[in-house]
Order: sequence, then structure tokens, then C-alpha cells
Amino acid sequence: MEIERIKVTPETPLEQPSSPEEFRARQLKARDMLRGDLEGADLDAYVEERVMTTTLEKVLNVARANSIFPATFGLACCAIEMMSTVSPRYDIARFGAEAFRASPRQADLLILSGRVSIKMAPVVRRIYDQMLEPKWSISMGACSSSGGMFANYAVVQGADRFMPVDVHVPGCPPRPEALIYGFNKLQRMIMGHPDPGWRARYNATGTEEWARGGAGSKPSPEAVEAYRKAREALGA
Amino acid sequence: MTLEPGGNGRGGQSAAEIVHEIEGSAPGVTVELEPEQELLMVNMGPHHPATHGVLRLEVELEGEVVRDLRPIVGYVHTGIEKSCESMAFWKVIPFVERMDYLSYFFNSEAYCGAVEKLIGLEVPRRAQYLRVLHMELNRLHSHLVWLGTTALDVGAMSVYFYCFRDRDRVLDMFEMSAGQRMHTRYFQVGGVAEDIPEGWEAKARELIGVIKRGLSQYESLLDRNEIFLMRTKNIGVVDRERLLELGVTGPLLRAAGDPWDLRKEAGYLVYDELDFDIPVGTVGDGYDRYRVRLAEMRESLKIIEQCLDGLPDGPWIADDRKYVLPPRSELSTSMESLIHHFKLVTEGFRVDPGEVYYPIESPRGELGCFVVADGSAKPVRVHFRDPSFVNLQSLRDMAIGEYVADLIQTLAMLDPILGGIDR
Amino acid sequence: MPDGPGLELIMAEVNRGNPGAVLDTGYDREQASLVVPAERVREVLEWLRDTPGQEYTFLSSLHAADYLPAEPRFAVHYELLNRERYERIRVKALLPDPASPGDVAVGLAPGNGKVPTGAGGEVPGTGAGESRHGSGLTGGEPSEGSWRGGEEGSGGAPGESRPTESSSPPAENGEGRPTEPSSSPQTNGTRPFPEIDSVVDLFPTADFQEREAYDFFGIVFRGHPDLRRMFMPEDYVGHPQRRDFPIGGEPVIFTRDEPADPGWWK
Repeated sequence: MEIERIKVTPETPLEQPSSPEEFRARQLKARDMLRGDLEGADLDAYVEERVMTTTLEKVLNVARANSIFPATFGLACCAIEMMSTVSPRYDIARFGAEAFRASPRQADLLILSGRVSIKMAPVVRRIYDQMLEPKWSISMGACSSSGGMFANYAVVQGADRFMPVDVHVPGCPPRPEALIYGFNKLQRMIMGHPDPGWRARYNATGTEEWARGGAGSKPSPEAVEAYRKAREALGA
Repeated sequence: MTLEPGGNGRGGQSAAEIVHEIEGSAPGVTVELEPEQELLMVNMGPHHPATHGVLRLEVELEGEVVRDLRPIVGYVHTGIEKSCESMAFWKVIPFVERMDYLSYFFNSEAYCGAVEKLIGLEVPRRAQYLRVLHMELNRLHSHLVWLGTTALDVGAMSVYFYCFRDRDRVLDMFEMSAGQRMHTRYFQVGGVAEDIPEGWEAKARELIGVIKRGLSQYESLLDRNEIFLMRTKNIGVVDRERLLELGVTGPLLRAAGDPWDLRKEAGYLVYDELDFDIPVGTVGDGYDRYRVRLAEMRESLKIIEQCLDGLPDGPWIADDRKYVLPPRSELSTSMESLIHHFKLVTEGFRVDPGEVYYPIESPRGELGCFVVADGSAKPVRVHFRDPSFVNLQSLRDMAIGEYVADLIQTLAMLDPILGGIDR
Repeated sequence: MPDGPGLELIMAEVNRGNPGAVLDTGYDREQASLVVPAERVREVLEWLRDTPGQEYTFLSSLHAADYLPAEPRFAVHYELLNRERYERIRVKALLPDPASPGDVAVGLAPGNGKVPTGAGGEVPGTGAGESRHGSGLTGGEPSEGSWRGGEEGSGGAPGESRPTESSSPPAENGEGRPTEPSSSPQTNGTRPFPEIDSVVDLFPTADFQEREAYDFFGIVFRGHPDLRRMFMPEDYVGHPQRRDFPIGGEPVIFTRDEPADPGWWK
């Protein structure tokens, strides 16, 4: 049974039954829907068509990914660009993350926006520890990703020295679009479909092997298998 | 415990009287208090949404009244001054831009101006106009961010969205001329990196109208907003003499009634040819600071308009091959240009020994750059006298005797940029 | 802006009241400066501030600089401003380093055997500093301070970690970690700091800026109400913007370099 939803617009008014016969047919159809007399394979097909089963974890992850509460935590230049992701032009509210939380206990995403000095690093770590699980972090900009241009005594050379980082966003400072792109990647990670980088997508790893040469030299079983698959793919 | 006399907006009110107000008791009823025991130490920051960065304040409270305050900075200390010492003169520019990250054009102008003074390089007139144009646009940008965040701090959230909407349009101009939104490295020693592209001027004129409309919008939102008035009027007043003692410059000093503006006094670049006024306040409270900054944005628009009208033709960078990169087109035809290019890129130019202090007027006050050269291609010392850093000292005078809730507003009106403070 | 002769007049006038207070004048690139010895700086500043006709009442900036090979090594600059006439004058207080000469050698571990030439002044306190902190060139020792971990992580001598440093003085003078007494902000006898009088009571704006100079250069301002570190953590060791302090950081490692030559950066 199909319950169709008809959008009522001035152009397409709800179709009225044209005759008493049709009206009767509709009544029967509706009764049919309520009867619940499907059995066996019919019932399976009915359920399969209409119900999606999944695990609770996945549902939760979808919910988490689309309602992220970032912490209001700005460090330096990138903080200004982070603020402009909330602004009307970029509008991170489209992805459900416009509600910045001032308390780390209410937040579940820490955007490290700017350079982390050695004086700030323990503070950042403490804020990260105060956040409740599940939590994620984005390292925004070159400085918090790698120290950036400030290779000197004062700046921690990369925030992953003292806390886990899920996504690094390059740029100095990154444009708001770049931050949103990184944020989307994080969302896909949360939902369990991490975005493979182009290396993984194109399987950009070496296919060569080192051989000793000589009589006893044989390719490895993996190489033989890969060769066979490649031949098959070529149709040879 | 000592009470700082004056400078707290409540004049001669004593501690007991202020406590009166908090308790809400009827006048005449004396409230017994033992101040020494009532003091409460509160640590604000470094992670606090209203400190405009990672400022930490140790506040001593008596009830809700601030009795003492110590700013603790250094949480974004980046060692930029040290890094500059290991860079060639022309490679320092990107570093200094990242100090005060809301006024990057001012930082690079202070540095480039100091180096140009050291080597005695004349900047072409078109470059000077372009610099003034970009600096005034930058002032707009800086004040817009200030206005948005300040309004957010006192609870007017929509102003934030409007300000950032207009700020993005200012950044579009920077992107068009320099290729990046922030930290553009557009100013070079000797001029600017590129001429403005076609259509820039028309877009700038359009922008003037947009910002003008925007300014009247913000004013209609805030000027007669009761909450805003209650939170800013007569709060954080420090008299002019004390501000001068503390070295405060910029809109804070002008709001206290002192028409001190280096654009007029020092007359660097082409500012002495331009017609603009210095807005000054009369009371020196938070509301005056807000009004002065808004008026400054109007004056900036006036300057931009005049610069667009009077933009001269000609080169946009000096023609001294010893200090300035030759244009790309020459590299494939002229051997000499190639050699100059190679020398400049690999080694940089050498600067005769000397030291120069070059002050300009940034959106926050006197931004001075002190450069020491020793004859090599790298500076011995690059020091920035950052207005936020010096102005921060006045926060104690402004906040003592006020409520802790007003501290947020006072700090926001001070407009400290922690990147500039810590460098 | 007082020009050259004007400066000479100012110098003569100051020296009439306070003989020997101004050593020299400089007029360079439209910038006027008076050179004073460190112990006389308060007299000169007070004179410039209070004398009718001078009235440099606004201290726009106070900063220190380290001219390492030169002697005296440090200088504190006071940028004074007369707001009525818009005249600036710089008072430059020369400040010898009590730990020099041979300051560079202080950073070396005893027995390192690489004492640069020029060492050999008998300076009280230098020896104590040597024995307490001898990391310096070897770079292999585990760092003792919690903050040192980050900046020394690259290992290797400071000279190696800044390969671009060719023309500026520290490289040619050798290397060496600065060694400071780790515990106290004031001199406690381990190694003398350069000292100068604080001017906070004359110019309250100098408060933060003197703390900054103390933090970065280890210049002690006598009489400062609250001389603590301004920017660096309280337990930081050393004064990072001295010229002989290594810049720190770490070299960039590109992954493509790794398979061919593992550990090439060491």
C-alpha cells in the first residue's frame, strides 16, 4: 500500500473523486490499508519497503554530527575567521553548528583557532579535558596544526603535541569556507563515513616490489593476486 | 585595602555607599561590612567569551564591586619580535602583520615606514594613496569587528550579524586588491605589491554607500537602546590627565576629550593633504567611546572618498632596484633585473646601521615600530609599541569601583587585541 | 624635533645641572637621541619632563634592545614626546651586562672545550651560572624545565637550528644558551642582571613595558612595584629575546625526504 502525499498548491488542487464508483474504490483501499492481513513474504516485502533498520549508534551519530556545539574559544587571528563562519554570509547554521557554547562542558567541538603558545597549551589541554565525551577537535590554521611560520621558543609546534586533533584545516588564516569544509569532513567522520583523502581514493600507493633476482626469486602471493585482479579488470 | 581615589565614575562614593546599592536597602540603613573578609578573588579567563581573546584577569571582588584587578597576559605570546630577527628585512612583513590581527595594514605600514626611513626610500604618491586607502578600510574593518563583539558582550546579538555582514564586504576589497582576506602582505618596502585591479574603485565607492547605510543601522539599534545606554553611560570614566599618564592613546583618549590623532600631528603619508576631523568625546564613558569610534568610521569613509577622487596615476612602488623587486615582465628580458631579483630574494637588501622609531595611528592608538639595523640584511631588533598593550594598563583605573558586570563592558570598550598585546 | 645643534644645547643644559648625565647626542634620520649612562637616566628623564621649555611629558614607548657584540651590550630606550610641539626625543640608556665579557661562554657546559675567544673576564657570579646550567651546545641532555621540552625538542645546537643565520651577530659569535638563575626574578647572587632605575613613578605607563623588558632581556628595574614576568610563564627559564638565546622551534620535515635519508634533520 502506498500512502501518497499530495502537495496542495493552487495549480494542483486535491483531486476530488469524479464518480461514486471511484469514491467507493478509495474507501475500500483505505480499509485495506488498515486490515493488517499481510502474511509471510508479503509482510517481509511490505516492511522492507517501508522500514529502515539501523543500530542505535548510527542514529546517534547522525544526530551528533548534525547538532554540534562548538566551544567559544578563540586564540588569535583565526578566531576572527571562525567568528565569521557564524556570520550571515557563511552561516554555519546550515550544518547545525551555530550555537557556540561558552562552557566547555556544554560543547563537543573545540576549534583551535590560532597559535598555541607554551603558556596557553596547558589551558587548552584543560579545556579539552573538561569537555564531555563524545568530543572532537579541529585545528584551524597553520599555527595550531604545525606551528606555522612561528618556529620559535614561544609557540607549540603543532597542537597534536598535547591533545588529539581530528581535522587539520590549512591556511593562514583559513577562509571561513575552508573551516566549513573541514567541519563537513568532521561530520562525515562522526557519521562513520570518513572522507578518504585523494591518495586513498585513487589507491595512490606504490605497486612495485623489490626482488632479489636470481633463480629463487618469486613474487609474493599478494603480488600474484594483484596481478591476477588487474588482468581480470582489463578483461585479458 | 586601598580604594583608588577618583576615576571610577562614582566619584566620591565610598565603599559602604556602593554596598548600599547592591543590598538594595533603604538609604539611612547602615550595612555593617567587614571589607577585608568579604574580598573574593575571581579569575576571569584566559578562556572567557567576553575577554576578546585569551586575556586573564584576576579580579578582587567585594560583593559585586571590583576592588582590584590584575591583567595577566602572554597567552598568545608568539615570539614574533624574536622571529623577525632571523628574517631578512623584507621577509619580516608577514610576521608583523600577525601581531595585531585586526589591523594588519597598520602593522605593515609601521614596519615598512620604519624601514623606508632607515634606508631613505621615497614612496611614490600613488602608493601612498593606496596605503591610506587600505589603512582606512582596515580601520573600518577593525571598528566593525569591535562593534559587533562589543554589542554581543552587552547583549545585542543582531548587531554582531550586521557588522560581520559589512565586514565581509570590506574584506572583499582586500581580497580583490591583494588576494587574501586577512594578513595580505600588500604593503612592501617602497610601495605596495600590486596596483589595484580594474573595477576596484567602483566597488570601493559602492562600499562607502553600504557602510554609510550600515552605520545608521547600527546607530538606530544601539544609540537609544535602553539596555545599551544603561550599561555604557557613565561607566568606566577616567580623567584625561590620568589617561595621559598611563600612555593611553587612540579612541580612548579622544573619548576623554583630547583631540590627539597622529594622522593630524605626525602627518605621515598623505594624511596632511586630506580633509577630515577628529571626533572627540565629552564625558569619557563607555558611551562616548562607542560614539567616537562610530564617528571615526564616518571620517574614514570621508578619507576613502577623497583618496578615490584624488588617486594619482603613476607607479605603485618605488623604482629602486636595490630595495624593490623588479617586475616579473622584466625578468625574461633583462639580465640585470634577474640578478637584482636573485639578490633580493636570496639575501635581501642591506640596511645601514641605525635605529628608527616610527609611530602611526592605528585603530587603537599610537602604533610605533622600532627597528634597529646593523648593516646586515636582517634587523637586529624589531619592537612594536602596541596600543592595546599600553592601553590595557588603564583597565584597572576604569574598573575599580565598578560592578563586575560593567567590567565586561569596560573591557570591550577598551578594545584590546590580544595578539597585539602579546605579540 | 630638536636637530643636531638643538640636541647639543639640551645636552649642555642637562650637564650644567647634572655633570656627566648625558654622554652623547645623536641625530640620525630625523630622530633625535640622547645617550645617557644607566644610573643617570632618571635625572635626565625628570629634567626633560619638568624643565620649562622642554616638557616631554608623554612617554610613548619604553623598550630594550640587545646589541650583542657591542659593549655596553644592552640599551633601554625611552621615546619621549612633547605633545604641544609634536617633538620626539629618544633617551638611550646604555646598560653593560654585568655577566660579560665572555658572556657567550657562560652558556657552555664546563669542560665542553669550545670556549669562544673573548672569554676571560673575571666576573663575579659567572662561574656559578656555568655550573648550574650547562646544556648549551651539547643539546643532548634532557631538558630540565617543563617548558624547555618544546623549544629544545629539535635537538642539536642552536646554530644548526637556524641555518639562515649568517650575517647577524649571534652566529658569528658562536652559540650558547643563556643561563639565568632559574628560581628568582631578582638577583640572588647566582648571576648578576643588568640593573637600571625604574621610572614608573615618573611615567606610570612604563609599568607594563618595564615588565616586558625584564621578561625578554633580564633587565632588572630597581624600584619597580611589581617586577614579574609579563608574557612568559612564571617558571620559564631564561630571557628569550636576548640575542644569544636560541630562537627555538624546530625544522620542517618533509615526508618526501624521509625514505631516502631517515633522520636527515638530526
